[in-house]
Amino acid sequence: MATKKFKCKVCGYVHEGDKAPDVCPICAAPASEFEEIKPEKKGLDRDSNVYTVVYAAVMVVLVAVLLAFTSQSLRSYQQKNEENDKRQQILRSINIVVSSNEAEAKYNDLIKEAFLVNENGEKVEGDAFAADVVKAASEHKYPVFVANVDGQTKYIMALHGAGLWGPLWGYISVDGDKNTVYGADFSHQGETPGLGAEIAKPAFSGEFKGKKLFMDGTFKSIAVVKPGKSVAGQDYVDGISGGTITSKGVDAMLFNSLSGYVKFLTSQN
Amino acid sequence: MGLLSNKNKEVLLGPLSANNPVVVQMLGICSALAVTSKLEPAIVMGISVTAVVAFANVIISLIRNTIPNRIRIIVQLVVVAALVTIVSEVLKAFAYDVNKQLSVFVGLIITNCILMGRLEAFALGNGPWESFLDGIGNGLGYALILIIVGFFRELLGSGTLLGFQVIPEAFYKLGYVNNGLMILPPMALIVIAVIIWVHRSRNKELQEN
Repeated sequence: MATKKFKCKVCGYVHEGDKAPDVCPICAAPASEFEEIKPEKKGLDRDSNVYTVVYAAVMVVLVAVLLAFTSQSLRSYQQKNEENDKRQQILRSINIVVSSNEAEAKYNDLIKEAFLVNENGEKVEGDAFAADVVKAASEHKYPVFVANVDGQTKYIMALHGAGLWGPLWGYISVDGDKNTVYGADFSHQGETPGLGAEIAKPAFSGEFKGKKLFMDGTFKSIAVVKPGKSVAGQDYVDGISGGTITSKGVDAMLFNSLSGYVKFLTSQN
Repeated sequence: MGLLSNKNKEVLLGPLSANNPVVVQMLGICSALAVTSKLEPAIVMGISVTAVVAFANVIISLIRNTIPNRIRIIVQLVVVAALVTIVSEVLKAFAYDVNKQLSVFVGLIITNCILMGRLEAFALGNGPWESFLDGIGNGLGYALILIIVGFFRELLGSGTLLGFQVIPEAFYKLGYVNNGLMILPPMALIVIAVIIWVHRSRNKELQEN
């Protein structure tokens, strides 16, 4: 039988034996001042390698299951939000602003046709709405959405480029003559708030209305210039003061993305 | 005793001023620079950090006696990262617009030094309820500074508050110009420095010699 340990509460003397001593040999306190020191419950050794490794493994698996479950259960909501967000962007490019829960109905109402075209302006197989614009462009496929606004046909084209901090994207719509811009909408991932991020505001995208993509039958795109400057030989809009690199990004995005549509825009139907 | 004893009150309210995580402990400065150019993201970021630090504190406090000492930082990081990911997923599903506005900042909550600081310094040694109060207090202390900085930066940098025009058109006609520098990160640092200056001059005991 293991000996018990008793500690004097007055002076801290530790006595070993079956029961507490009658009087403390150090400070003469009575037996009632002694209390038994219970041996530490033999638990897991939390500093052992095995415990550490098992703990880490169990924790990681638990967290992974939790996150996978969250992601799976919210996926359908998120997808719906993303699709509605895309519909809102497309609708904004034809100057229609709707809330996200009305976007789907309005989109189905106005967008008559959506298809992909190749660099020769011919329709090709594929789902224009679901297509990733960047990936499709690398395969020389470009999405076109045909909208019917008050009886007039508008063609909406997708844009993608790079700004200062991350990607830029947007949609631009042209009238039935496939030359005059009807509206535009730009989005960005992380441009500077108050500066480059201003491209997402209607004040900027509204400038594009009425501008021409072609001059004398050749594709010129629309330049984005420093406010107050002008450029000869093509239409231009004012860029964002203090957001020079983002403005240049929009300029390059318009030229590069629309270049792929030139054949489509010059074809007669 | 009670749920709000004096000690708990101190735990909750201390971080608002005398023990503020940003202006006294100098934690979380990096995110304070990034999200304060407008008032709205500053407020949402403050709320998000408060929620995450409070719940992370509670979880770490509950499992504090099982955490192997050698990997405790990793355990804390995993708990925080999991919480932030869940917050971000929930925002994406139910508050898509807010999520789009905060974009990368939600993810940046993980790297917020206040979180690690509170988990390491408080939650590992205290019960869940105190840890919860500590998390709320520190989150609010952080949010308070963010909101003050965001207020001045948006007002002076863009002339707006929460997106509404505050400085009247007549001022601009008289030649008033928005201070573009306020929008850029360096001014956030200077605004925080000014707040620290004012705060120290009012709290003499915080001044170092």
